[in-house]
Amino acid sequence: MVIKIIRNFIKRIFSGMFKDKREVRLGFYGPPNAGKTSLANKICKDWTGEEIGKVSKIPHETRKVQFKEKVEIEYKGKKLTFKMIDTPGIATKIDYEDFMKYKLKKKEAQKRAKEATQGIVEAIKWLDDMQAVIIVLDTTKNPYSQVNITIIGNLVARKIPVLIVANKIDLRKADIKKVEAAFPEYEVVGISAKYGKNMEEFYESLFKLARKV
Amino acid sequence: MAKNKTGRFKGLTIQFMPYSEIENLDSGARIRKILAVVLGNKLVILQGRLKNEEETRLIEDTMAMIGHIKKFKGIELATLNSNSNGLGMVGKLKHGLAKALGAQEAITIIGPATIVREMKRNPRKIEILMNK
Repeated sequence: MVIKIIRNFIKRIFSGMFKDKREVRLGFYGPPNAGKTSLANKICKDWTGEEIGKVSKIPHETRKVQFKEKVEIEYKGKKLTFKMIDTPGIATKIDYEDFMKYKLKKKEAQKRAKEATQGIVEAIKWLDDMQAVIIVLDTTKNPYSQVNITIIGNLVARKIPVLIVANKIDLRKADIKKVEAAFPEYEVVGISAKYGKNMEEFYESLFKLARKV
Repeated sequence: MAKNKTGRFKGLTIQFMPYSEIENLDSGARIRKILAVVLGNKLVILQGRLKNEEETRLIEDTMAMIGHIKKFKGIELATLNSNSNGLGMVGKLKHGLAKALGAQEAITIIGPATIVREMKRNPRKIEILMNK
């Protein structure tokens, strides 16, 4: 019994000492086409020189969870290492005919739809493995969508820290105030992942998020 | 809202589901019950709301059905919670107590995506846009 207590005490001391050196599992969640992969690509490109995945105008381009390990980010003299986990966009409906509007052939569209449904299930399963999550929202769209509320509700229930990124602020229709009003309890940072706009503020918020892990 | 032989819509069926209908069911049974109604091309208005993990399970089960059930394209889902903003201390306490006792204060609308094009939601209202 005494040995067990001493062993646990030593374990705690050591894990505390090395806390800052471990890899934080950082998930990118949100609806399709919000810019999750664009943001993950921007971060990975900035710090590793490589991208995490392909982006496209056609929704559900990311249909499998994709990773980039050991992404070391330095901000104001501090370093943190992340495992970036980019997930497929979560939706409640998938219609292959929607993909045909982007000139995909029927079979191709049906295959994409099938993979997209599997990707959504995979993304939900991964929620349990995250240590921190960035919710990426398209600032030109209505932030009150039930999918956004459901994802955030699940993260809160699992006590996983959340940062909301309002993406696409470069677009004329962007309304970051609407996103802030929808989620008053969370920090919201407006960026354009495509053009790398406001990334300094994003990294500051990311380091604040990682401190909550 | 299926079409009849003349191509006209037969009408839309809305099923109101009181919270007591799902209160004593486990999560799996709750979701099965709701999806059974939705698969019958009906719009469900549920008194109360599902738990967070039930909402994600509903999405997972919906995704598993797409491609396996003919013409099923998924669901549209929206929950409207009662708002405690603007209430006094006593009001907030009552509101919190009611919330703790159950989720009956909210309204959840679930419909098949073949019928419901979009549910526009904001803190005060839900607008249901139907497919033509």
